[in-house]
Amino acid sequence: MSTAAAEKIFIKGNEAVAMAAIEADCRCYFGYPITPQSEIPEYFARELPKMGGEFLQAESEIGAINMLLGASAAGVRAMTSSSGPGISLKQEGISYMAGSELPGVIVDVMRSGPGLGGIDASQADYFQATRGGGHGGYRIVVLAPASVQEMYDLTMLAFDLSDIYRMPAMVLADSVVGQMKESIIANPRPQTLLPEKKWVVRGRGEGEAQNVVKSLHLGDGEMEAFHWQMQARYQELADKESRWEEVQTDDAELIVTAFGSTSRIAKTAVALAREAGMKVGLMRPITLFPFPQKAYAALSERCKLFLDIELSTGQMVDDVRLSVARDADVAFYGRPPGAGSLPTPEELFEQIKKNYRAVA
Amino acid sequence: MRYDVFIAGYGGQGVLLAGNLLSYAAIHEGKNVSFFPAYGVEKRGGSAMCTVVFADGDTGSPVVGNPSVSLLLNQLSFDKYAAKVKQGGICIVNSSLVDVAGVDLPGIEIVLVPMNQIAIEMGDVRMVNMVACGAYIEKTGALKSTSLEAALKKALPERNHKLIPANVKAMEAGAQAARD
Amino acid sequence: MKQVFNRPESLKDVATHFCPGCHHGTVHRLVADALDDLGLRSQTIGVASVGCSVFLYEYFDVDVIESPHGRAPAVATGAKRARPDRIVFTYQGDGDLAAIGMSEIIHAANRGEDITVIFVNNTTYGMTGGQMAPTTMPGQKTSTSPNGRDIRKDGAPFKMAELLSNLDGVAFSARVALNSPKNVLNARKMINTAFRYQVEKKGFSFIEALSSCPTNWGMTPLAANQRVTDEMIPYFPLGVYKNTANL
Repeated sequence: MSTAAAEKIFIKGNEAVAMAAIEADCRCYFGYPITPQSEIPEYFARELPKMGGEFLQAESEIGAINMLLGASAAGVRAMTSSSGPGISLKQEGISYMAGSELPGVIVDVMRSGPGLGGIDASQADYFQATRGGGHGGYRIVVLAPASVQEMYDLTMLAFDLSDIYRMPAMVLADSVVGQMKESIIANPRPQTLLPEKKWVVRGRGEGEAQNVVKSLHLGDGEMEAFHWQMQARYQELADKESRWEEVQTDDAELIVTAFGSTSRIAKTAVALAREAGMKVGLMRPITLFPFPQKAYAALSERCKLFLDIELSTGQMVDDVRLSVARDADVAFYGRPPGAGSLPTPEELFEQIKKNYRAVA
Repeated sequence: MRYDVFIAGYGGQGVLLAGNLLSYAAIHEGKNVSFFPAYGVEKRGGSAMCTVVFADGDTGSPVVGNPSVSLLLNQLSFDKYAAKVKQGGICIVNSSLVDVAGVDLPGIEIVLVPMNQIAIEMGDVRMVNMVACGAYIEKTGALKSTSLEAALKKALPERNHKLIPANVKAMEAGAQAARD
Repeated sequence: MKQVFNRPESLKDVATHFCPGCHHGTVHRLVADALDDLGLRSQTIGVASVGCSVFLYEYFDVDVIESPHGRAPAVATGAKRARPDRIVFTYQGDGDLAAIGMSEIIHAANRGEDITVIFVNNTTYGMTGGQMAPTTMPGQKTSTSPNGRDIRKDGAPFKMAELLSNLDGVAFSARVALNSPKNVLNARKMINTAFRYQVEKKGFSFIEALSSCPTNWGMTPLAANQRVTDEMIPYFPLGVYKNTANL
């Protein structure tokens, strides 16, 4: 067997999430069964006890997110995972975690909706994820993996960003990257410099000051101060942590933009366009919050036409339009969630041709 | 080089195992692999399908609209997917269960392999997926047969490793049939 | 001179926001006594709920997590699973525990989580101004049951101490009252037992404390105490409903 083969493992996206979480020292998992993410709790149920961790199947999605709140408040790396209907139920707890400045990782393997919807792939929970999702006005870190390798890497990153910025972090996946198997390298946990968790509720000990984790702010000006502090943190996050991938954008006359699994299909469509001699590039945001606004703005100084592609009727396209220069056009091509099948590279290539003509 | 193969058939024909096997073989050869169990309304009603993409570099889209090679193991998948094979591509058909009479697919090479019959001759109809994999590597040369043998150890649970020699024979018979 | 009565170390030296005659202060005191008696203050995590009990962290000198309405048992589960060597208790009112949080309490109890739950039953939503609670008594008038609770329409009040005692995971379940010195002394013993069971890792321990709410009942503190005797105790009998030590 070659060396290259020895380093790689062949694994499902959902399993990669759980594997990475354990490597990142996640020691508590709380969840409730829902398709298409059940491989995540199943992996934890099997592996976490071996590491001395706690796996608990909660009585409900609400129970699970609040157990995450409790474990995070107690200073232990913890996570939960679900899909649309369950993520909706978790919003209460996510809002409380955001209000309490608690870290914690939530994985959303998107399925179609609204309501019970279907179990097929969708990207229609972009708004819910990137706008906070619950009440009160807050944001959470949102990372969008486009491969099984990224399911692994971004899960680990989610734990770090969540700890550094003291806010919940979501891995916004979908049933394609969740169910897909790919050969990946199981990287060791990065040696990130993390702040000491002085705020942790662990039993105050003798002589130490009392720690309180709470989101209630009734004092004069307290609530306002909290919001300004969070705004500053979101700005810092945007400045330091925005991540994206550009493919052949240097000379592009049209830039396709897409996130998650759709960006994979788009990437091959862009390759088809290049083979046909068209100057087309790809811009893929990896962080959806913070959205890489400056990168889009910079691209739009040179390239005046963007084609946003989503597996929804159009959500991220709003952020793209808000980010590009005023004289840049943003076209949209999308499929409603639950259309029954995924767009193919050939289909997206047709869309590129249609819009490219507009440039030429 | 980037290869893609689409496999479809009834649930129970070992379609997903065949996809896994080709994936492990490609990994064995140091390639990047993307295995995607196909999604959508089609999967209801007892059909199983998957797409495998492997490449030295980036695998790109896990979804393939016009596969370069399709392994179609029953009539339903032949009727539905044969015409999607791209121009210059290959459609390897299980002629034990598929009637291709009257179907005209210009620009697509149709390879008929009586997979059920061969599998039964080899001792077990369940090895139809192995026959298909053998035919695939014979027609495409995309993977070495030794890689497939190595892949069997990875793709099959330990308790089934005693079946590996029989499976290897089934693959060889599939390759032979594709040659003829 | 020997000091025979002082503030427990587990309580801060601050005035509470509780109304005159309210029993929350007494329950706080008794919980603090138990933590002091058992030497648990430095290793305890309190879990506050939503309602009049939300300010737990203002009064208790222990680390506290505030939880969403009704979710305290889930939050406590997370904290205890993360730090099994710590003492974790929730402090919840009747709306919080027996209405919006019924699922969380039942499941935490059934799992036998090694936590202690202090449940204050005053038959009304205190913080929001006296609406009907899941423990509001038949015929009791509240701002949302102006003609009195109609059990044909609203169901009968939940008897939580009895209900939870049926679950195998529960090690200790008792109902106490605080409206007389005798009841307070007994409550102190029960609360102490509940925490001791957690120390001994016996499983889930539950205390239901019948409490007065003079403000929302529209009564003087003394009349409210009398109501506990005359109306509540006959309907919600005091006693130990489950004690695994006796099984």
